[in-house]
Amino acid sequence: MNKITNNKAWFLVLPVFFIVAISAIIPLMTVVNYSVQDIFDPQTRFFVGTEWFEQVLGDSRLHDALIRQIIYTLSVLFIEIPMGIAVALTLPRKGWGVSASMVLLALPLLIPWNVVGTIWQIFGRADIGLGGYLINLMGIDYNYAQNPMDAWVTVLVMDVWHWTSLIVLLCYAGLRSIPDAYYQAAKIDGASRWAVFRFIQLPKMQSVLVIGVLLRFMDSFMIYTEPFVLTGGGPGNATTFLSQFLTRMAVGQFDLGPAAAFSLIYFLIILLVCWVFYTVVMNAGKQGEQ
Amino acid sequence: MQFQKRHIGLLLYILFLLLPIYWLFNMSIKTNTEILGAMTLFPDNPTLANYATILTDPAWYTGYINSMIYVGINVVISLVVALPAAYAFSRFNFTGDKHLFFWLLTNRMAPPAVFLLPFFQLYSSVGLFDTHIAVALAHCLFNVPLAVWILEGFMSGIPKEIDETAYVDGYSFPRFFATIFLPLIRSGIGVTAFFCFMFSWVELLLARTLTSVEAKPIAATMTRTVSASGLDWGVLAAAGVLTIVPGALVIWFVRNYIAKGFAMGRV
Amino acid sequence: MAWMAWTPITAVFFSCIILMLIGMGIWQAVSPTVPRRGFLPLTTTRGDRLFISLLGAAYIHLGWLAFTDIALWIGSVIALAWLVIVMRWG
Repeated sequence: MNKITNNKAWFLVLPVFFIVAISAIIPLMTVVNYSVQDIFDPQTRFFVGTEWFEQVLGDSRLHDALIRQIIYTLSVLFIEIPMGIAVALTLPRKGWGVSASMVLLALPLLIPWNVVGTIWQIFGRADIGLGGYLINLMGIDYNYAQNPMDAWVTVLVMDVWHWTSLIVLLCYAGLRSIPDAYYQAAKIDGASRWAVFRFIQLPKMQSVLVIGVLLRFMDSFMIYTEPFVLTGGGPGNATTFLSQFLTRMAVGQFDLGPAAAFSLIYFLIILLVCWVFYTVVMNAGKQGEQ
Repeated sequence: MQFQKRHIGLLLYILFLLLPIYWLFNMSIKTNTEILGAMTLFPDNPTLANYATILTDPAWYTGYINSMIYVGINVVISLVVALPAAYAFSRFNFTGDKHLFFWLLTNRMAPPAVFLLPFFQLYSSVGLFDTHIAVALAHCLFNVPLAVWILEGFMSGIPKEIDETAYVDGYSFPRFFATIFLPLIRSGIGVTAFFCFMFSWVELLLARTLTSVEAKPIAATMTRTVSASGLDWGVLAAAGVLTIVPGALVIWFVRNYIAKGFAMGRV
Repeated sequence: MAWMAWTPITAVFFSCIILMLIGMGIWQAVSPTVPRRGFLPLTTTRGDRLFISLLGAAYIHLGWLAFTDIALWIGSVIALAWLVIVMRWG
């Protein structure tokens, strides 16, 4: 669509600009200010330059948290994306089953994140939870509160439980936009199930999938509440991800300077990844139009 | 809908989704002795005592009311400011439009943990700490960009000839927007409201940090009660079930639009 | 404003950023940018190049702090050079 060039459009955007600027720019400026000072209280503060940045960048606990975060985010993507596609392909295309599946699938998305943590906290316990009980019944010694591996797996399964539906719904939306004629043509050509998937369904899902990957990357990269409730970052530091680390530093120990420096680094990582994804999506969109 | 082999996979997946929720519900209608005593798939003596505790104790039910209030305010603010902005993005080119759009989106992607401390300081300094409006405004940080993004997708699907015809017919912009344009994208507005509701309802970190007593959300009430009394699993489960109910109701209302919303609105 | 804990250096920093944005706006009004393709693997406008160069400068500073003990101003000079290169030939 050809758009008219009109700078008066800025007036329509101003309310959004102000409301987001208040919530985003002022806090961001404050974070920058904090990150170069040693603050004891509002009156007693010293300029320390880039000391906090050096300290945070050289902090081995932060490196560990970052590596843990990257492994976690990659695992989430590698499990949820294929699984989401697979489930979306099994969804009925019409009838009462559509509405029923939609409601059931969307249910986990609407549960407050700390309640998701609570659900799995209960479900995974060997003494009062069905899941933990069944696993122990099979002869596996499972305890997410003590064994780091179990805790890790539990957080991962929880995330799959929580968010795979988002990918399913996105893919399903992509699939619904395929006209029936495509399938009939494929049938006449005697195309295999795989060929239908590879050449008809996958291309239609591509654009929504990119958005799905983007959303899942971002949200899993800043995951906080669910592991906080489930394991509190433990046992040890097995499930301490970046947000957890940051919140502990800022609210728990009140180390304003290092926490602010860390926030900025965290934000820069997100900004870079976000920009790369955004550019790729927009360029893909442009090619689609041509 | 006839049953096919592929539906087995779907059923297994839905079972996987529902089992933990069922278990929460199951625990919420048990007594604490039964929860800790034996592993039972169905409660021996179903009881509503846990729900009664929540619905009669102000410490519990005000949490629900607080959450509802700030989520409601947030949805209204998000929609009101996002509608004109989305229209501007979908119809006009203006200086810095693409960068502005990207900047809005980065706020959707920024980890709330980064903004935690400054938010606390900001709202304390203007005297909004522990009010509903503070949480609603804080949630605007990620909900307004999301709303603009979704609505822009819907609005781009409306042919521009409609705008032009209306202007030729002598409609002013506000009148055209309210009487012609808004009805055309009402499913988009519904979907947007759904997502704003969803992300405001499920967020805890900011909501908990910006409140202490007066506007404390239900989610925070739950975490605090766990640390205080520790073992009242039945009440905790009942509170959890009650937080799922509003979400389930909202999904039910928009069930036919969800798929369409995802496709058009590029959520 | 006291809670924002301003320091002279950060104040100057943000003033520069704001002036830069205003300057870009005026420049755009005077002579609108033409999207073009330089050594960066994508078509960019002036604003895109400014964003890329600023983000790159931030990463150069971080990398400098993380991997070297040399004085920071050398890193800043490199970042500034990067900014000019991207704006001119990017």
